[in-house]
Amino acid sequence: MANKAMEGGQAIIRCLENEGVEYIFGYSGGAAIPIFDALITTETKINFVLTRHEQGAAHMADGYARATGKPAVVLVTSGPGATNTLTGIMTAHMDSVPMIVLTGQSVSWMLGKDAFQEADIFGITMPVIKHSYLLKDANDIPRIIREAFHISTTGRPGPVLIDIPKDISAGPCTADLHAEMDLPGYTPVTTVNKDTILEIAEALAKSSRPLILAGHGAMIAGADDALRALAEKSKIPVTNTLLGKGVFPETHKLSLGMLGMHGTAYANKAICECDLLLNIGSRFDDRILGKPDQFCKNATIIHIDIDAAEIGKMIQPQIACVADARVALEELIKHVPILETREWRKHLDGYKTRYPLKFKRQGSLKMQHIIDEFYKLSDGKACVATDVGQHQMWAAQFYKNDSRYNWLSSGGAGTMGFGLPACIGAAFGRPNDIHICFVGDGGFQMTFFELATAALYKLPIKIVVLNNHYLGMVRQWQELFYDDRKSGVDLEGNPDFVKLAESFGIKGFNLRRPGDVKRVLQNALSYNDGPCLINCEVEKTDNVFPMIPAGAAIEDMLIEPPTSKLEKPTGST
Amino acid sequence: MPNTNKIMHTLSVYVSNKPGVLARIAQVFSRRGFNIESLVVSPAIDGHFSRMTISCSGDPDGLDQIIKQLSKLIDVLQCIDHTYDESVTKEMGLIKIAVNSQGRSEALQIAEHYGCKTVDLTPDSMILQVVGNPDKIDALEEMIAKFRIIELVRTGKVVMSRGSDLT
Repeated sequence: MANKAMEGGQAIIRCLENEGVEYIFGYSGGAAIPIFDALITTETKINFVLTRHEQGAAHMADGYARATGKPAVVLVTSGPGATNTLTGIMTAHMDSVPMIVLTGQSVSWMLGKDAFQEADIFGITMPVIKHSYLLKDANDIPRIIREAFHISTTGRPGPVLIDIPKDISAGPCTADLHAEMDLPGYTPVTTVNKDTILEIAEALAKSSRPLILAGHGAMIAGADDALRALAEKSKIPVTNTLLGKGVFPETHKLSLGMLGMHGTAYANKAICECDLLLNIGSRFDDRILGKPDQFCKNATIIHIDIDAAEIGKMIQPQIACVADARVALEELIKHVPILETREWRKHLDGYKTRYPLKFKRQGSLKMQHIIDEFYKLSDGKACVATDVGQHQMWAAQFYKNDSRYNWLSSGGAGTMGFGLPACIGAAFGRPNDIHICFVGDGGFQMTFFELATAALYKLPIKIVVLNNHYLGMVRQWQELFYDDRKSGVDLEGNPDFVKLAESFGIKGFNLRRPGDVKRVLQNALSYNDGPCLINCEVEKTDNVFPMIPAGAAIEDMLIEPPTSKLEKPTGST
Repeated sequence: MPNTNKIMHTLSVYVSNKPGVLARIAQVFSRRGFNIESLVVSPAIDGHFSRMTISCSGDPDGLDQIIKQLSKLIDVLQCIDHTYDESVTKEMGLIKIAVNSQGRSEALQIAEHYGCKTVDLTPDSMILQVVGNPDKIDALEEMIAKFRIIELVRTGKVVMSRGSDLT
């Protein structure tokens, strides 16, 4: 049934309501005015959050989705407004996060004519997005929005962009708002091949040193319960990727914590010594492989992934299973035997005792100390967002996650500036939880303007600026591999972060001495009048270990700081 | 000139007939350093869809990843590798050569051998139209090169599976 004519912008808002959208994060601009006007004229219940930069809007939508499992919408204008979302779109795409990006665009008849604030955002985003649309007819709005949400949230999730010329958003739309989708080329897999599952069960039965690698795919699929049941039934140790933090409780006795470049020594040793690796929803990222041709070379590798293009991309598995992780595990658990893994687990426990994650609480103030104390004071129950760099790796090591949706970190893209806006987005989605945002002084300064957004909405977030006055991870590489030649890493000229926070009306704390950690963090946690910021003056030249130099075999992991000079790494970064 | 050290692959891709599809497909190749040697796009029986036949060179492992990435695109319904099957493969070429009355009969002899049609004839030139598998056109090109080739245009190959197999 056709509706009486409404403006395209109004139809867009109604369609977003039909999709259950709660939040739109955005920034207005000329080409998007009809859509912004429709936020008022439709009297919609959808909350609009005005950010301070379009990149902030995209990361907020990303953080909201990671913390709730639901997509949010980014609404920006054309040209620079659209291009400013690019880093956020790429970040979401790399980490398979659902997101709907609506960009205003010049009027249709000016497309391609270098109109004011015209950018071909459809073309620009193409390599870093799951799918995209250029609206050409207002009557396509209902179908395209429906398709966009379907594509964004099913299969391997990802961002979808709809570019909306101003004449379309201002023009009449008479189409039925409940349109049918037309996606003949998109059929995400929903079932699992039972023969493959039996094959996996058989391989497991023959294994004496099995290991589960749990990735973000398991988290997205909601496979946490099935994963735990499988691991506990068959007594299989579990390691997780950076983005898999929380899909299996990291405090569980079967957990080895995070593996990879800065993962635990025992997880990496388990990778080297296992005779079977069951990868559930990890894409074998280069941060966990070391040298691909040496990776798990004596083990049977099983790869469960919903994205067929991930199978054999980095590692050729002996058994491949293209399926949703939860569907696959719920089937697998019916067939797996109880495995005799006592010796193997005892062996790995030995590594846990011998090579624990550790740091010194005395001497200078350590990032690890602050993260560890926050972990204890918050009972490990906070929703944690991080930025990128040393603090991110230490947060991954010392803030253990026992449940999903509590770890927001830019893994694939490694986007500095992600932490604060992601944390803000998460706080909008879960206003009753504790939100801790660990950021370095570098990344924080890339998006700190969103302090205004956090202050305005009095969000319950604790912003922990782990301030070493350096771009610490790059400095660490320069120290270890480049004879300590520090190039482009000294952040002299940092502002006084407490004063900066106070200028936004945000409570600030300074933390300088190890002896004050507990007291200051307790004060920060009990502060409940909106966001607060803790500026932590930490040791300037601490290094993250364990470390597998990029491109080196996992066997060559450095558990302790090296005593001799190292060769330059062969891996990319 | 095609790199003969690498295998030449032929992919048939069935896609939704929408703007941007070609750009998305081209990007999958360029991002992985594959060179598209020829590309033919035309509407399928149902005008909502198009058929692309893509010839490209590169290592087989990389191609496997490309096929998966192409299949993953929302607008791609199907992508099939016809490199190693016995599909019918055809291409058309137009070759304009410089030839006057002196060489004309020899040129026509060669043309006849390759089943060419003469589609344009002037005192100083002729255009030969040749249809066949790409090897045949390569061979003709070599033979006719004794005359000066003024211009050469090839359509790129199209492919169709035999019998009940779908392309």
